[in-house]
Amino acid sequence: MSMRLPTGGRLTDRSYRMEFTFNGKRMTGYAGDTLASALLANDQLLMGRSFKYHRPRGPVASGAEEPNALVNLGKGDRFEPNQRATTTELFNGLTATSQNHWPSLEADIGALNTHLSRVLPAGFYYKMFMYPRAFWKHVYEPFIRQSAGLGKAPDAESRDADSYEHFYHFTDVLVVGGGVAGLMAAKTAAQSGAKVLLLEQSAHWGGRAPVDGGTIGGQSPEDWTDATLAELQAMPNVTLRSRTMGAGVYDHGYALGYERLTDHAPEAPGPRHRLWRIRAKQIVTATGAIERPLSFAGNDIPGVMLASAMRDYLVNWGVSIGDRTVVVTNNDDAYRTAIALKKAGLDVPAIIDARSYGGGALMAEARAMGIRVEQGRGVAKVLGGKRVTGVAVCNQLGEGAVLDEIACDAVAMSGGWSPVVHLWSHCGGKLDWDEAGAFFRPRAGAAPTDADGKPFVSVAGAADGHMTLAGLLQDAAETGAAAATAAGFDAAQTVAPEAEEVAEKPLEPVWLMPQGARYDLRMKAWLDYQNDVKVSDVQLAAREGYESVEHTKRYTTLGMATDQGKLSNINGLATLSNALGESIPQVGTTTFRPPYTPISMGAIAGEAHGALFQPVRQTPIHAWHEENGAHWEPVGQWRRPYCYPKGEEDHAQAVIREVKAVRQSLGLLDASTLGKIIVKGPDAGRFLDMLYTNMMSTLKPGKCRYGLMCSENGFLIDDGVVARIDEDTFLCHTTTGGAESIHAHMEEWLQTEWWDWQVYTANVTEQFAQIAVVGPKARMLLEKLGGMNVSKEALPFMAWKDGTLGGFPVRVYRISFSGELSYEIATPAGHGRALWDLLCARGAEWNITPYGTEALHVLRAEKGFIMIGDETDGTVIPQDLGLNWAISKKKVDYLGKRAQAWPHMTDPARWKLVGLLTEDSSVLPEGAYAVADGTNANGQRNTQGRVTSTYFSPTLGRGIAMGLVLNGPDRMGEVIEFTHIEGFTVPARIVDPVFYDPEGEKQNV
Amino acid sequence: MLTLKCPYCGVQAEETELHAGGEAHLTRFGPDSSDDDFETYLFTRENPKGVHFERWRHSHGCGKWFHAARCTMTLEVFGTYPAQTTEPPQDIRDAITAKRPGWTWREFS
Ligand SMILES: [Zn+2]
Repeated sequence: MSMRLPTGGRLTDRSYRMEFTFNGKRMTGYAGDTLASALLANDQLLMGRSFKYHRPRGPVASGAEEPNALVNLGKGDRFEPNQRATTTELFNGLTATSQNHWPSLEADIGALNTHLSRVLPAGFYYKMFMYPRAFWKHVYEPFIRQSAGLGKAPDAESRDADSYEHFYHFTDVLVVGGGVAGLMAAKTAAQSGAKVLLLEQSAHWGGRAPVDGGTIGGQSPEDWTDATLAELQAMPNVTLRSRTMGAGVYDHGYALGYERLTDHAPEAPGPRHRLWRIRAKQIVTATGAIERPLSFAGNDIPGVMLASAMRDYLVNWGVSIGDRTVVVTNNDDAYRTAIALKKAGLDVPAIIDARSYGGGALMAEARAMGIRVEQGRGVAKVLGGKRVTGVAVCNQLGEGAVLDEIACDAVAMSGGWSPVVHLWSHCGGKLDWDEAGAFFRPRAGAAPTDADGKPFVSVAGAADGHMTLAGLLQDAAETGAAAATAAGFDAAQTVAPEAEEVAEKPLEPVWLMPQGARYDLRMKAWLDYQNDVKVSDVQLAAREGYESVEHTKRYTTLGMATDQGKLSNINGLATLSNALGESIPQVGTTTFRPPYTPISMGAIAGEAHGALFQPVRQTPIHAWHEENGAHWEPVGQWRRPYCYPKGEEDHAQAVIREVKAVRQSLGLLDASTLGKIIVKGPDAGRFLDMLYTNMMSTLKPGKCRYGLMCSENGFLIDDGVVARIDEDTFLCHTTTGGAESIHAHMEEWLQTEWWDWQVYTANVTEQFAQIAVVGPKARMLLEKLGGMNVSKEALPFMAWKDGTLGGFPVRVYRISFSGELSYEIATPAGHGRALWDLLCARGAEWNITPYGTEALHVLRAEKGFIMIGDETDGTVIPQDLGLNWAISKKKVDYLGKRAQAWPHMTDPARWKLVGLLTEDSSVLPEGAYAVADGTNANGQRNTQGRVTSTYFSPTLGRGIAMGLVLNGPDRMGEVIEFTHIEGFTVPARIVDPVFYDPEGEKQNV
Repeated sequence: MLTLKCPYCGVQAEETELHAGGEAHLTRFGPDSSDDDFETYLFTRENPKGVHFERWRHSHGCGKWFHAARCTMTLEVFGTYPAQTTEPPQDIRDAITAKRPGWTWREFS
């Protein structure tokens, strides 16, 4: 059984007990435990079920590379699936549940899949679910959906209870990894005076060295780590962060750090995670190495673990995985585990070394301790089901004939070590295959390059393939100094402290154990634990013609799980290259993509959620709308009143009341959001003639003109009223959503095409409040306010005038978007609310009625006025909308003119704007299509038009709509059929789009 | 995430401050142009592996459009310069030649 030993555990504090639950069972651990070490201490070796076959699984590793021990963590608004038990620090009150099983972890029905594994080979889904096609929707897809996915999605109604933040940091040198190599590199870099940031993903500094032993400068690695850390902490130019993973390296020295601030202390105040957005001149990755599993049958049975992980649990947390541990290895390092276990008083019945030549000094030490060492042998298979009961020993060079069976309850395996090259590779660093170490290492001279074309990433220590303590320290010292030099500092050549350790014999690559394992053994030899990919699956893929490692990855799902193949990558591609008869470097690796381990969605969002997701723009009159019960509509970043329901009114009733008030008496609209752009200069008229389809240069000062803007592709992009202020100055109104984009559009043409034209633009949208006073009583109200002549003669339709109204400085435009007598009054933003209040008070005798955007829409639709975004969708030209009157025939050029001459733009068969009236007066569905005879090449019903705007008209007491219809203007009076979502069609008559006051008499009084 | 120096305000701007505007040094064709010329102007773009000239706007900064000469493969930046020009200035071309001898791109070299 796995258990806590009476003594030991350098990271645990046995004076501080912590309570937690796993699948509802109460357990205790110690401060400093991870969830994995605490579970193991409680003999909870079984932590989850595998993804495809639901095989029982325990942890195989002790850190970020763990593929099996994924749990659901927390409850309610703090629930999170797929959390690695090995990197989850224990805290009081932690609740965890296991994943991927039903009804329970111990008895899982899905485990049946494991007996079906012969019929669930690689590419099973692709092969099985292709035919018959009709089965897809009702048989295959439901089955796949039920079995797909790891963990449980949080409840849709829950909301993340924590906060997150982004943090920007600029540094000369970023060092990723706080092991002895990272500490060494940070130290030599910092000694040059360079600003250094050192990140460590775990809560502890020093990496593996304190567990693995040796001496540094006469000190234990632990003491050296503490001393070096103290030195770095004392340096003002050094920033240190533990619990912060270097997640990714990107172009031009950009890097992401993922800091977990309160995962280990959920009650602590402040943000839970912090995303560091780092710009570094130089990046040193000192990310260490990860041990590889060995591929033998049953290497996934709980109790089989990486030798280094078993050593970690013993030394760091005082936890043993079993009482009798067999060690299986192809290198000397695993002997350290055997020796450590033996010294802790545990039994090691055998070390099975695949190398015929065996190990070096460590082997001699093990033998001297009385441990049996078998050279040139391998494990034929591991015995046991939910946990290890023994191993069958065979010759490594054979097919797996069993020579001996050894009873044990744990197996420590080591297939050698792979440098963590992820961060080096993220931005294009190249790799070389190292024959001696049997791993990929960063290729010298092939680093990612920065904006100047110079290398900006370097690698220190084990991540660079230096696997001895002395070698990696010297490498790190040099790399740190070189990074500081490259960042522009004068780094003295630094010699690393002397390190002592025992000499080792070379490793012998072992990609399958035994080398000639029979099929029944190969199909139980796991490569990728999390996605259940076995040696036999990769071999099958190769036989079926998959030669590219990227294709094989996707076909077999090797390395595609949340661990991204940290353990399986090298073993998998070695298996593939053997099956293809090619060398490993020829086959190559798959692409390493950030983040190194998964990061939370909350950290990515940072502060951008809830009220801070995006800024809300408010007009100067916003507070009045809020006080008077406005129902809000988001329009871009603005909030505009949709309508102002009164008493028991619903929205539709409020809109009807508002529309009627405008038509019959007096309405008031906050139009402040309309874009207002000043265009000024000697060439302003010439410039606007290019921007608008109509002629603006001939507009007289004091007058207004409605204008259309098109893109160079000919499509209508914005509309609005232009007022000429003086000879050199125009004020261009844009749509609410278009103010910024149209201003940018103007600037783009001015700066990049007509830069010699003397024109200046300014977006003054927010400088003015703009209030539309609309309805037959509008003039009477303004006259009551007094201060300027607003008569028909003094201020005719489509004119503007400066003056005062009720004591406020105003500019009044006689323009109308409703068809009624209408004044749009602009006043400096600071006066907006006071003017609005005055208008409300003085207008009371005419029952002045503030109206919202929906009434505005209905009013304009009754008049057949188009709305950008309703009648236009990026494919509509002004000619489609019957707006030829607003297109100058005289101008030689304007943006869009050439494109509007394309044959398909002048095609008479383009759909054109018409009005539509249903035969039964009902409101047509939004976006409904008009059906035509026959079907198209895809078997879909042919269409001949679509609805662009549709409303209930209170004025007409019926539904009205506008739409684009094939040859529409030539088909007045014809009835065509529109689709309805319920499956039937609605007949509607084609009519003129102006439903109300076609002569325009009401606005021109 | 690349950085470019805005030649107007001098800021070393991050990509999030910038707005990409596609290929630089296009010649506008207007109403009297042939279909071929107009189509080329609207739609046909260089897609080089290597030296490229691009339009960028310092949209969350000074608002100015500028041009950048850079390598599409390595993201090396050879230089940035104001947009008020119909072709890359000589110092930019020299900078490219120094690092990519024999480069060619459209009619520039
Ligand atoms: Zn700038």
